Amino acid sequence: MIKVEQVSKVYNTKSGQVVGVDNVSLEVPRGEIYGIVGYSGAGKSSLLRCINILERPTSGKIVVDGIDLLQLSPKKLREARQSIGMIFQGFYLASAKTVFDNIAFALKAAGVAASQRKQRVLELLDLVGLTDKVNHYPAQLSGGQKQRVSIARALANNPKVLLCDEATSALDPSTTKSILQLLKKINQELGITIVLITHEMEVVKEICDTCAVMQDGKIIEQGPSYDIFANPKEELTKQFIDTVMNFELPAKLLKACKGTILQLQFRGDLASDPVVSDMLQKFQVSGNILHGKVEYIKETPLGIFIMELLGDTQEVSAAKIYLKERLKQVEVIQHAR
Amino acid sequence: MLDRIVEILPELNAAFFETLLMVGIGLLVALILGLPIGILLYVTDKGLFWENRIAKSTIGILVNLVRSVPFIILLVFLFPVTDLIVGRITGPLAASVSLSVAAIPFYARIVESAAREIDKGVIEAAIAVGASPWLIIKDIILPETKPGLISGLTITAISLIGYSAMAGTIGGGGIGDLAIRYGYYRYDDTVMITTVIVLIVLVQLIQYLGDFIAKTVNKK
Repeated sequence: MIKVEQVSKVYNTKSGQVVGVDNVSLEVPRGEIYGIVGYSGAGKSSLLRCINILERPTSGKIVVDGIDLLQLSPKKLREARQSIGMIFQGFYLASAKTVFDNIAFALKAAGVAASQRKQRVLELLDLVGLTDKVNHYPAQLSGGQKQRVSIARALANNPKVLLCDEATSALDPSTTKSILQLLKKINQELGITIVLITHEMEVVKEICDTCAVMQDGKIIEQGPSYDIFANPKEELTKQFIDTVMNFELPAKLLKACKGTILQLQFRGDLASDPVVSDMLQKFQVSGNILHGKVEYIKETPLGIFIMELLGDTQEVSAAKIYLKERLKQVEVIQHAR
Repeated sequence: MLDRIVEILPELNAAFFETLLMVGIGLLVALILGLPIGILLYVTDKGLFWENRIAKSTIGILVNLVRSVPFIILLVFLFPVTDLIVGRITGPLAASVSLSVAAIPFYARIVESAAREIDKGVIEAAIAVGASPWLIIKDIILPETKPGLISGLTITAISLIGYSAMAGTIGGGGIGDLAIRYGYYRYDDTVMITTVIVLIVLVQLIQYLGDFIAKTVNKK
């Protein structure tokens, strides 16, 4: 659906040239939710804005739904943009327009006749759950409501793609969740391909099928979100994962433990296998769960448990090998003392 | 003293409407020409959809040029133009030519700075839905700057009232003319004070009205 080929964006600033996006290529299949994470300044926003040519790439190629956007005349580009919706962290609604007029504006831009606009706006408001705010001004709405209006505006012309520029970063956690649910619904019910950028791993965990990590204008790691969470390779990716998955044991507890402390990761269906109880029956060890958590990466469980194994050294290491075989991801946090 | 005021009343009345006429014409021209120039200054700025350094600086220099000429000089300087347009160089209609010329760049700059207050993101969002530049100007930039456009018009009106007094010195008519003729040349303090009071009330009224309308249309 979206093909970004060797795109670079170089900015000329007073202090010289700054590379915002550095030779990035990526492909987003139809119907997917694709997340790009990175710290601010990593170039993810520039990359996203290159996709609908809000910023013209210095070099490279952008193809959306089979159309090479950089080859289009201004008029054709405007038409193409009508099938690429975009929402922003700052919502960017026109303050002098009511909710209705803000959404109707997008229809007007696409040349929809005034008589047909009304029905479409009401449909959209129904979709985002704001039918009662039709005549309100943006200043009278909460952040979450404003984002819903901007989603309605972005969807007005039945786009095939929705670009989300830190769409939930200005919202509180519960509003973030409801907006993410809405995006998920839009993706599933309308089949709209979504590309979102964020610095919150929570967002990726919640809705992204695929995830890319960006640093210094480059994509340093990408893959299915679940794999990224279960098995991050790059240091930065690990840092991001840690913001969601990490839990540290209190130092006092670690000190008090005499046995081997293991961190076990249960992936997908394994989460329902009785691996631990099998191990306990097979070997002469006793186990003691210290901490545990199951995260759902877009509905697939990923469990992490920290347990202490007590017993004979040989038995413990045999148990460890057994666990490694069945779970793949076993990490020793502290050796027996 | 009261007698003197009553005596001057018909002339004051005429002068008052002359002032309104001059200022009104100036405002109208400012709106018709200053507004588009101000918008043009804004949309040709860096980062906007009609970004054009040459156009921006050419218009900018022209605007500054007119603005840097003191009004009373502009008034005299424009005599030939005034004569050409109105057919005479005295009277309120003649004065309104130079008032208009002064009002255009004045208002244009106000419009430009009012437009700059718009969050660029709002314009970007409009570009992202595929809106044409013309639609963005008409449907986003103008409505979003409306409160600023109105308070700018208030400021322009008040400045024009001040300028119109200068036009009075060369026989432009209006309240300023009256004040100068009686108060300055004939030391008639009563007329002087009366005209000043009329001007104060007029300015207050315009300011109040302008603020009220600007506040009403502001949805922020």
